[in-house]
Amino acid sequence: MDTEHAVDRGVQFLRGSPGATVVVAFGLFLFVDLLAKLAGVTVGPFDLSLMSLGPFGGDVPFERVLGFIWNGVVIGLVIGLASIGLSLTYSILNFANFAHGDYLTAGAFSGWAVAYIIAGIGGAYKIGETAVYLLTGLGRDSLQNADLVQLVLLRTPPLDAGANIWLSPAAVVIGLVFAVALTILISLALDRVVYRPIRNADGISLLIASIGVAFGLRYLIALVFGNRRRIVTSPEGLPSVNVAQVLADILPDAILSTPRAPIIVDLHEVTLVAVAVVLMLGLHVLLQQTKLGKAMRAMADNRALAQVTGIPTEHVIRTTWIIGAGLTGAAGFLLVLSQGGLGFTTGWRLLLLIFAAVIMGGIGSIYGAIAGGLIIGLASRVSLIWLQGDLSAFAQPTAFALMILILLFRPSGIFGGVKTA
Amino acid sequence: MSGTSDDLLEPLRKLLAFDAAKVALMFLGIWVLFYALGDLRGFDLAGSISLIRRVTFLAAVYAIAVLALNIQWGYAGLFNIGVAGFMAVGAYTVAMLSSPASGTPSGLGLPLPVGIIGGILAATIIGLVTALPALRLKADYLAIVTVAISEIIRITYNAPAFSDITGGASGFDNLPTNPVRTLLLTEPGSVISEPTAVGQVLFSFAEGYNIGRLTVLNGVYTFGTLLVLLLVYLLLERAGKAPFGRVLKAIREDEVAARSLGKDTQNFKVRAFALGCGLMGLAGILWYAMGPRASVVPTNFRPELTFYIFIALIIGGAGSNTGSILGGALFASILFEAPPVVRNLVREWFNVSANPANMIEALVPLASGNFDPLAGFLLANIDTLRFIGIGVLLVILVQRRPEGLLGARKETAAAVDLTEDTRPGGRRSSDVAADGGGETSE
Repeated sequence: MDTEHAVDRGVQFLRGSPGATVVVAFGLFLFVDLLAKLAGVTVGPFDLSLMSLGPFGGDVPFERVLGFIWNGVVIGLVIGLASIGLSLTYSILNFANFAHGDYLTAGAFSGWAVAYIIAGIGGAYKIGETAVYLLTGLGRDSLQNADLVQLVLLRTPPLDAGANIWLSPAAVVIGLVFAVALTILISLALDRVVYRPIRNADGISLLIASIGVAFGLRYLIALVFGNRRRIVTSPEGLPSVNVAQVLADILPDAILSTPRAPIIVDLHEVTLVAVAVVLMLGLHVLLQQTKLGKAMRAMADNRALAQVTGIPTEHVIRTTWIIGAGLTGAAGFLLVLSQGGLGFTTGWRLLLLIFAAVIMGGIGSIYGAIAGGLIIGLASRVSLIWLQGDLSAFAQPTAFALMILILLFRPSGIFGGVKTA
Repeated sequence: MSGTSDDLLEPLRKLLAFDAAKVALMFLGIWVLFYALGDLRGFDLAGSISLIRRVTFLAAVYAIAVLALNIQWGYAGLFNIGVAGFMAVGAYTVAMLSSPASGTPSGLGLPLPVGIIGGILAATIIGLVTALPALRLKADYLAIVTVAISEIIRITYNAPAFSDITGGASGFDNLPTNPVRTLLLTEPGSVISEPTAVGQVLFSFAEGYNIGRLTVLNGVYTFGTLLVLLLVYLLLERAGKAPFGRVLKAIREDEVAARSLGKDTQNFKVRAFALGCGLMGLAGILWYAMGPRASVVPTNFRPELTFYIFIALIIGGAGSNTGSILGGALFASILFEAPPVVRNLVREWFNVSANPANMIEALVPLASGNFDPLAGFLLANIDTLRFIGIGVLLVILVQRRPEGLLGARKETAAAVDLTEDTRPGGRRSSDVAADGGGETSE
C-alpha cells in the first residue's frame, strides 16, 4: 500500500470519528510520556495564563514499569479466565450475567474451604494416615487435633492453617479441583432452577433474573461464611524472587548495575500464571478438536436455526455453563492464591472489570476475552505509572473508562467482532 | 363474569380504580401495620410514631427515586443502573454548595434553595453527558456503561486526592442546615434552643402527647418529603400524558415505528434520561444531604442502592407512576424496615436466646431435634436473609410476573381511551388510535 493511500485513509478516519481521534492522540501522548519517563527526561511545567501544564516526563525506573506489567499480567489472567465464562454465556444465552462475579466468589470459598481442611489436618499424607486409622485402627488419627468447623469456615488464622503452595501443595491442588467442580455444580443447579424456565425471555429479563441470583448467592455465602473479609493464604516459607536483582546480576553492569526498584515474584503468582495458561491452552485444544466450538458459534448466531439443524441446544448450553463456570471457579481460587484476601464481595467487585474485558475482546470471542482480560489487567496496573500517590485510587476507574471508550467507538470489540469460539 | 360476589366487590373495585385511593390505602396499611408492630413491641405512642415516621420517610424517598427511574426505564425503556451515582452527584453538590464555609470540608455557604437547584442541575448535566454518547448503545451495553459511570463517580468522591473538597472516604461531614430546623428553631444548631412561632405551636402540641422535639423535627421533614413526592408524581403524570410522555411510551414499544412517524427518538431519549437523572439527584438530596438520615458518605452510593431501587420498580411494575410509588413504599417498609422489628418480636415471644457463632453450630443441634440454635442464628442474620429473600423474589417476579407485582396494567401511548366508542354510529373501531400522536397499544 503506497503512502498516499495510507494518508488518505488517515484523513478519512480523522474526519469520520473525531472522538476516536482524540482517544488515539491521548494514547500516543501517554506513550511518548512513558518513553520520556523511562529516559528520565522532564519537560515543563509550562506556565500558561490560567494554569500550569505538566511537568511532562519525569523519572520512573524501568524496573517499576516491569513490576507493574507483571502485576497486570497476574490480575489480567484471572480476569481473562473469568471473562471466558461471561463471554460464552453472554453470546450463547444472550444476556449479561450479573451473577458471574458471585460464581467466582462461590468458587473461591468452596475451593479454599477444602484446601483449608487438607492443609489444617496436615496435608495429604496425614489425611491418608487418618483414613487408614479409621478403617483399620493402625497408625495415628490426626483429625483429633484439628478444629474442622473453624477450618471449613475459613476462620482459622492463616498461619495456623498453613495453606500455601509450598507447605501443602496437595491442599492447593485439591482445593482448585473442588473450586472448579463446585462452581460447575452451582451454575448447573441455578441454570436448571432460574434460567431454564425463561430460556426464551428477552435479554433484559434474564439480566434482572441474574441480579436476583447475584443477591441470593452473595448473601448465602455471607450467611455461611460470615461477612468478614479475611486473609486466607499463609506467607510462611513461601519462596519469592526479586527479579530486578536477578536481572542486575545477569545483565552487564553497563546496562543495569544496581536495581532501583524491586520486582518481587512469589511462587503463588507463578502458580497462577502456569495454571491459567494451561487452562486456556486446554480450552483452545478442546474447542479446536471437537465440534463444540462450531456448535457454540451456530447457537450464538441463531438458536432456532441451530436447533433445526440438529444441534442439541440444551446440551450445548450445559457444556457452556460447565466450561464457563469451571474456569470462573478456578479464577476465583487463583485470585485468592495470589492476593491472599477473601470476602463475600470479592467477585462482585471484580465483575465490572470482567465485563470490561468481555466487551474489550468482543462478546462471544474466547481469545478476545483472554486478550481483553490481559489488557484490562495491564491498564489497571500500568496506569499507576501516571496515577501516583493520592491519584492511585483512579486505577480502577481507568479500566472502566477504557471499557466505555471501547463501547462508544468500537462496540464489537478490539478484534472487530470476529467470533472465534 | 357474573355473580353476586362480583356485584358486592364492585364499589371497592371502583374505588381502587383511582390511583390516589390506591396510594392512600397503601400508606394507611403501612401505618397500621407498623403501629401494630410497635404496639406489640410495647412501644408507647411516641415510640410508635417515631417508627412510623422512619418507615414513611424511607418509603417517600424510595418512591421519588423509583419514579425517576420509571421515566427512564418504564417510559423510555432506557436501562439505567447507575442510579446511585446520580443520587451521589445531587447529594454531594448540595453539600458542597450550601454547607457553611467554616467547617471541614468547607462548603460555599450559598443559600439552601440555590444548593438544591444546583444539585439537581448537576445530576441532570452528568446525566446529559452520559446520555449523549451512551444512548446509541444496545440496552445491555447501556446498563454496563451506566453502572461503570456510577462507580467512577463514587470512586472519585472517595478518592483521597480530592478529600479537601469531598471529604474522601470519611464523607462530607459538614452538612448544610436542615431547613426544618431553620423553620422551627431560632438556633438551628441546637434542638433545645428557643422555638420560633411555628415551632412553638408544633412543639407544645406534641408535648401534650409526650412526643419529643426531635421526632417533631423529623416528622415535619418527612411531611415535606411526602409533599415533594406528590409534586414529582404530578409532574410526571402530566409529562406522561403530554405529547412528550406519549412519544416516550411509543419508543418503549417500538422505536423504529416511532421514528418512522417522524419523531426524533434520540432527542426524546436524551431528554427523558436527563429528566430522570435530575430527579434522582433530588431523591439523593432529600435522602442523604439533609433530614433524619443525612450522611454524605461514598459507601451510601454503592451499586447495591441502584439495585434496591430497581427491585422496588419491578415490584411496583415498570411503566406506571402509581405502581412506582406503591413499589417504592412496599419495598422500603415490608422488605427493609419490617424484618428487624419482626426479629425483635419473635425473639421476645419465643424466647430465643441461643446465638450460635456460625451456621454449622446452628445446624448440628437439629439432629437432636433442637431448633433453638438455628432460629437464633437466622434471627441474628436477618439482614443477610433479607437480601437472599430479595434475590429470590426478583427471580420469581421475572419468572412468574414480569409485569410486576402491582403493575398489572399498561399505560398506553394513545391520548384517548382505545376501548371507548367514539365513532358515530356506535360501531367500535381502532381508527381512533390513529390520531393519538403516538402508536397503538394492546
